[in-house]
Amino acid sequence: MSPADTIATAILLPLVGAVFIALCGRWPNVRESVTLFTASALAIVVWSLTPLIMAGDRPELVVAQLFGGLSLAFKVEPLGMLFAALAATLWIVNSVYSIGYMRGNNEKNQTRFYVCFAIALSAALGVAFAGNLVTLFLSYEILTLSTFPLVAHKGDAATVRSARVYLGILLGTSIALFLPAIIWTYSVAGTLDFEPGGILSGKLAGPAVGLLLALYVFGIGKAAMMPVHRWLPAAMVAPTPVSALLHAVAVVKAGVFTLTKVIIYVFGVDFLFAEPSAEWLLYAAAFTIIAASVVALRQQNLKRMLAYSTIGQLSYVILAAAILTPLSEVGAAIHIVAHAFGKITLFFAAGAIYTASKKTELHQLRGIGARMPWTMAAFTIGALSMIGVPPTGGFVSKWFILAGAFQSDNYVAIFTIILSTVLNAAYFLPIIFMAWFSTEAPGGKAHGEAPWPAVLALCVTALATLAFFFFNQPVLELESQLVGRIK
Amino acid sequence: MSLVQQLPALQVAVPLLTAPLVILLRGPALAWAAASAASAMAFAIAIALTATVLSQGAISYDMGGWPAPYGITLNIDALSALVLLLVTGASAVTLLCGRASLGQAMDPGRQHLFFAAWLIVLAGLSGIAITGDAFNVFVFMEISSLATYVLIAAGSDRRALTATFKYLIMGTIGATFYLIGVGLVYMMTGTLNFADMEVRIADVTDHRPILVAAGFITVGLALKAAVFPLHIWLPGAYTYAPHMVTAFLAACSTKVAIYILLRFDFLVFQGNFDVHAVRFVTFLAPLALLGILVGSAVAMVQGHLKRLLAFSSVAQVGYILLGASFASAAGLTASIAHMFNHALAKGALFLAVAAIATRVAGLRLDDIAGIARRMPFTAAAMALAGASLVGIPGTAGFVSKWLLLQAAFEQGAFGIMSAVVVVASSLAAVYYVWRIVEAMYFGTPASGETATADSAVAEAPWPLLAGLWLVALSNIYFGLVPSLPITLSETAAIELLRNMP
Amino acid sequence: MELLGLYNYWVFAVLLMVGFYAVIARPNMIKKLLGLSIFQAAVFLLYITMDKVEGGTAPIIQKGVVDAIYSNPLPQVLILTAIVVGISTTALGLALVVRIYEAYGTIEEDETQQLDMQQSDSHK
Repeated sequence: MSPADTIATAILLPLVGAVFIALCGRWPNVRESVTLFTASALAIVVWSLTPLIMAGDRPELVVAQLFGGLSLAFKVEPLGMLFAALAATLWIVNSVYSIGYMRGNNEKNQTRFYVCFAIALSAALGVAFAGNLVTLFLSYEILTLSTFPLVAHKGDAATVRSARVYLGILLGTSIALFLPAIIWTYSVAGTLDFEPGGILSGKLAGPAVGLLLALYVFGIGKAAMMPVHRWLPAAMVAPTPVSALLHAVAVVKAGVFTLTKVIIYVFGVDFLFAEPSAEWLLYAAAFTIIAASVVALRQQNLKRMLAYSTIGQLSYVILAAAILTPLSEVGAAIHIVAHAFGKITLFFAAGAIYTASKKTELHQLRGIGARMPWTMAAFTIGALSMIGVPPTGGFVSKWFILAGAFQSDNYVAIFTIILSTVLNAAYFLPIIFMAWFSTEAPGGKAHGEAPWPAVLALCVTALATLAFFFFNQPVLELESQLVGRIK
Repeated sequence: MSLVQQLPALQVAVPLLTAPLVILLRGPALAWAAASAASAMAFAIAIALTATVLSQGAISYDMGGWPAPYGITLNIDALSALVLLLVTGASAVTLLCGRASLGQAMDPGRQHLFFAAWLIVLAGLSGIAITGDAFNVFVFMEISSLATYVLIAAGSDRRALTATFKYLIMGTIGATFYLIGVGLVYMMTGTLNFADMEVRIADVTDHRPILVAAGFITVGLALKAAVFPLHIWLPGAYTYAPHMVTAFLAACSTKVAIYILLRFDFLVFQGNFDVHAVRFVTFLAPLALLGILVGSAVAMVQGHLKRLLAFSSVAQVGYILLGASFASAAGLTASIAHMFNHALAKGALFLAVAAIATRVAGLRLDDIAGIARRMPFTAAAMALAGASLVGIPGTAGFVSKWLLLQAAFEQGAFGIMSAVVVVASSLAAVYYVWRIVEAMYFGTPASGETATADSAVAEAPWPLLAGLWLVALSNIYFGLVPSLPITLSETAAIELLRNMP
Repeated sequence: MELLGLYNYWVFAVLLMVGFYAVIARPNMIKKLLGLSIFQAAVFLLYITMDKVEGGTAPIIQKGVVDAIYSNPLPQVLILTAIVVGISTTALGLALVVRIYEAYGTIEEDETQQLDMQQSDSHK
């Protein structure tokens, strides 16, 4: 199979899987087997591309020529490879978890759930492998639309209202800001292909650069920069596997990934670094990090708190990218991975708690560590990774981002990271303390762990969070290609 | 002369001559079959003509062997080929698939008359698209309009009659304005042939009659094209016409008027005044922008499905006009491509409405609540067409919206303002399409409907469903492989701009 | 050739406006159609006027007449077609008015609008 075929297979496989899932809707066991099989096959296909990318190859696939020199094309580069591998791998774990969660909660319309999930994965891979902005935009919108039924899964009035916010913000910002930004780029640069070093350098100058950057930053609503972050808490009405894979990994990471890609391959790091009008991004990201942490501190609902934590963590990536030094760009890429492992663990734990005990609020978690030791152990690891305590993955990425910030003497970034670490600790540590060392309120119903597939899944991701601290060399190598070499 | 060379004449002759035949056939099934066959044949001819235009350039055909400028010539260039495809394609699909919906609207004893009128509309609209003679355009326009009034008045609601009356009055005024304008041009140039006019008008030294003519023709055609604020006939006519008629007309009738407008303003008048383009822009661009804003805003608050889509059409006419008023190659390409793509999207949407109407009594948003559970295929196709209307990437609507915004960015400050308006209207489109989708997928049927009534609602009849999906999928196809409409509209834009300085 | 010399055109303009006014200002549908007919007739006059050649005769070739000046026949032919169109429009319009009268019991536009509004109110 040529690399181009592999790319095509990776994009089409989840879609084919979706068709079979729909056909097997009547037999849940067959249906879930199809999901698991598709997810595993996809992971193998995606991983088979990594040696090529490591070796410096950039396989391409042109699907169709559109108009005016635009095309529908895919091109795999290190950042996209990382994102694709992450999404594909976590899909397996998430599918195992979904089986436990969806059955444990007797959810309706499970076939629709798995079908949309598979389509969303295909779209996420499309985002990851997109070779130009048109293809990326296409995949981005499909991702929005295909996740909508997942968010609105419950179908009652309150859910539909939240889902409306979700779709309204994501679709609205992309049409109102992202699309004009792309067309503006096209009319200035004459191309939309992602090129190392950017395509805008020397073609745009002055405040226009800052403005175009703003269109991109706020147009890519999935990156959840304040004030376009509202969709993410709204999306928490979805079943937890959706929040876990999509709203901790695939969708939100598609946002920051897109933004990072735009900064690196459209603007070009050097070009932005020399352009004073683009500096505001750093401050905006810093503000989002702090503000989101403060809001998270005040949340009572576990999933909503995690959502605000995600908003803050996403802006870490943006902040890292906005520091515009080679080390911090690598830090941005690594943080995408580290946060993914940690946050998916946290969401898995939240879902497991809900499945086992129907508890959703923070104050209900007193003493739950005794009843669900595995779940809470994993939760603790995830939370430590969010704060950035070694030996978790979160430490590695924070290290690189800080190193990058020191490299360019960027004290705003350094201060923001330190302050937000304190804030993260302030909202995660009380929960951990409460869960393990408080005694349960009297009159609670007795319960144990969630169904085993769910527990298995969250243990695997928790282990991955730990393992990433020790085995991050391949990721580093892959991503250092982004910036030539680490200085 | 072989038959192939006679295709331009046959394009009009086939439907026109089948019309009386259909009346003689009387039986509803036979009449339908004959009308569909004629319509399908017209579509086939249009495809053949388009292929010829694409491979060999514009076709010219002298009616009755009389050479221009004495006889009437038929001219088919890229622009007319595109309009022909729209007209005949819309007619063929709606007629072939729409029998169930049409049978619902009227009693069998009168159907043959209805089909005859339909064919006359088809003949008239295709005639406008191919004729090279200004007066002939008037005749075809009135032939098609008169028959259109008949089709709309066939709607089952009595409000169809008052809506038709309004359309008749406004349509006739529009056509008469056009006639006055043509008369003045004839007075000054002594010719009615478009190509000849274009040459001779440059020698006319007295500019005032030509200016008056330009005013009359532009206003008259703007009336026919439902350009804001002359659109008020459109919502009523679209809402109360039989559903299949709405699908047919929404796809092509206003576009034919815009087609003539472009011809006159860019080819004929531009040759006489250097400043014509500027006047054209200052007159039409504000109307286009206002039409986009008002149409979208009103569509957002409509409760009736067809009315909502009709107001969206007013906004879409604004898009087409906006592209043209940039008076640049990119703008005209966008404008003409949008004619094509909007016809696909709106055609599919109205077909979906017709499909729903075969199973549900009312067409207010409350009436279609939760319809997706009972008519999943119809609802999915409608959502797809809605995505195309909004301009979601991967659909045909995205292509033309992209082209339009790109053309806008070339225009400086005015372009930026237009881009803002287009974006705002896209957001409005997200809103109103979303209301439809949400009603279909998440709405709960009104309490009055009982479970038994619910279970009686099933999927639409299969021919209708097949036609609907054909159009819905072509929205995707032309979104991913847009070379046909783009090639045609790029060629047409270059042809239209040949008199520009 | 001064203002009065163009009097055909004056008649055209006045007739046009009279017809147009009737169409816009009258709620009665029959009167609207009458106005529409006047409006169209004005245009017929415009065409007929412009084909007249000073001192010209009817464009019929006769034996023995060689250097006659003919009026331009083409606008007359055109306007014959336009008259046919106008008659069809009026006929169709009148037929519609009959149907409207059957359905609403009135041919005043304001009254039909009122009835429509009541109808949509009762539907709610």
